[in-house]
Amino acid sequence: MKSWATALLSGGLFGAGLAISEMTNPARVIGFLDITGEWDPTLAFVMGAALVVSFLSVQLAGRDGSAAAQPPASGIDASLLCGAALFGVGWGLAGLCPGPALAALISGSTDVILFVGAMVVGMAGFEIAQRYRRPPTHAA
Amino acid sequence: MTDFAPALGTLGGLLIGCGAGLLLLRNGRIAGISGILAQTLWPSAGEERGWRIMFLIGLPLGAAVVTVFRGPLTLEIHSDPLWLASAGILVGVGTRLGNGCTSGHGVCGIARKSPRSLGATATFLSVGAITVFVTRHLLGLGQ
Repeated sequence: MKSWATALLSGGLFGAGLAISEMTNPARVIGFLDITGEWDPTLAFVMGAALVVSFLSVQLAGRDGSAAAQPPASGIDASLLCGAALFGVGWGLAGLCPGPALAALISGSTDVILFVGAMVVGMAGFEIAQRYRRPPTHAA
Repeated sequence: MTDFAPALGTLGGLLIGCGAGLLLLRNGRIAGISGILAQTLWPSAGEERGWRIMFLIGLPLGAAVVTVFRGPLTLEIHSDPLWLASAGILVGVGTRLGNGCTSGHGVCGIARKSPRSLGATATFLSVGAITVFVTRHLLGLGQ
């Protein structure tokens, strides 16, 4: 149960950080992506500060031999880049990505609920397509 | 239009980094939100839901704590429902196909010096910027 408490606190810190930095506000995210308009560089500061702390914790975890601190063995492939590109289009259209959208559910906004619902539908579609392509293999 | 807020941005980023660091150091897990959500809904064999549900509950709860001090969240959404739903579907499919989003690739993966995460982050940042340029400046949509 200790790992559950850690996960709750971790999600809480994450959600608080997204709210304080207003990454939960789509206009702020779109303002960052709008490099030719009235550019709002706030997101770069959010990501930069988060990366500094994240990088330090990866160093600490690596010293303890944590497997999660290691980069994945596989390289860049077409599905990674296609997926990231599709995500980029959706992110640019709505100004919302999964973390801020879930955190912003607290506002009760029907727009956010709609976005999250559609996101889950998209994930479900992918899941179904995966199972159709590759029937689940049962561990022997 | 939003005003540049470097101090709040940095503070928020530090909190996000602490959240990700805590999960990595105490649980040995990566705080990739799209992956955590998908594994909660359709867990792979041997993956547990419990801690993931707790993490997901934490996201709006953390935001709620902030609203106690700073008032309700500001949400400026100029998109119509069809637009938002299409964007949501693209984000859902894209994050699964690309194995992560801003948190897993952008915050955690780059910190692990993962070439995949660097490639993904560069891609979604550039495509996101192009999308905004096309919709806002070329097509004049969405303000």
